[in-house]
Amino acid sequence: MTGSRWQQYSPLWNQLQQFQGEMNRLFDHWTGSGPSVGGYPTLNVWEEGESLHVEAELPGLDLKDLEIYVTGGNELTLKGRRQLSTPAQGAWHRRERSAGEFVRTLTLPYPVDAEKVDARLENGVLHITLARHESAKPRKIAVKAE
Amino acid sequence: MAENSNVNAATKGRIETARPELTRGGLHFTPRVDIFETENELTLFAEVPGARPEDVDLHYEQGELALRARVSPRTEGKRFLLQEYEEGDFFRAFNIHESIDASRISAECKNGVLIVHLPKAEAAKPRQITVKGA
Repeated sequence: MTGSRWQQYSPLWNQLQQFQGEMNRLFDHWTGSGPSVGGYPTLNVWEEGESLHVEAELPGLDLKDLEIYVTGGNELTLKGRRQLSTPAQGAWHRRERSAGEFVRTLTLPYPVDAEKVDARLENGVLHITLARHESAKPRKIAVKAE
Repeated sequence: MAENSNVNAATKGRIETARPELTRGGLHFTPRVDIFETENELTLFAEVPGARPEDVDLHYEQGELALRARVSPRTEGKRFLLQEYEEGDFFRAFNIHESIDASRISAECKNGVLIVHLPKAEAAKPRQITVKGA
């Protein structure tokens, strides 16, 4: 390309490139091609050995306002209510946090043991550990020679 | 159970360039903030999930309140099956126009919510003036 020499010498070209990059990033935000959002709360899920980890950011949530269910072996449901304490008298300068009720159901990639669910809420981050159900564990099949 | 949430599911706002710029790289986010004013103080609530009280750095100088919360990585190197949000530190700064008694600013951090109390300076408090008859 003829532009490649320009790239090195013209600060204006670099600026244009940078600007274009920023515009693209902005556009990504609007069109949602960044991290996809499937509801509230947003979730991160990963696997480690025989367990699944589900994490959600729930700042200000009380444990008593949160219910966790495992149904049908592989459906995880988070149900809760976010309440914000409002001072009695005064005026809002800014209100960005939101309150209300939420329900989110996630289908897990395999059945989990409903008896072995561990949930912790620490510094506003919910971490759920789910163990793979015995029936869903891979089994090694011995091949017999005739 | 149907998906039914009336909580605003806005994603975390990622900061491209924090002002003043930070020396440490990595992702930074704008915490969602509520600010409430009462007769005696301004109260600021900031959502900083994942930050412990000792991870929060608050600075007030010449009417500018800067808050920074470091979040230790929890999922570094994990292979996500689903990733809907990213981790990173929180940063935000405000210009406070009301006159604040800087020596009495206090803060607490609980369940990932930082609460900052900014007491108004005596001179800025509303005063009831008694009107005397002649």
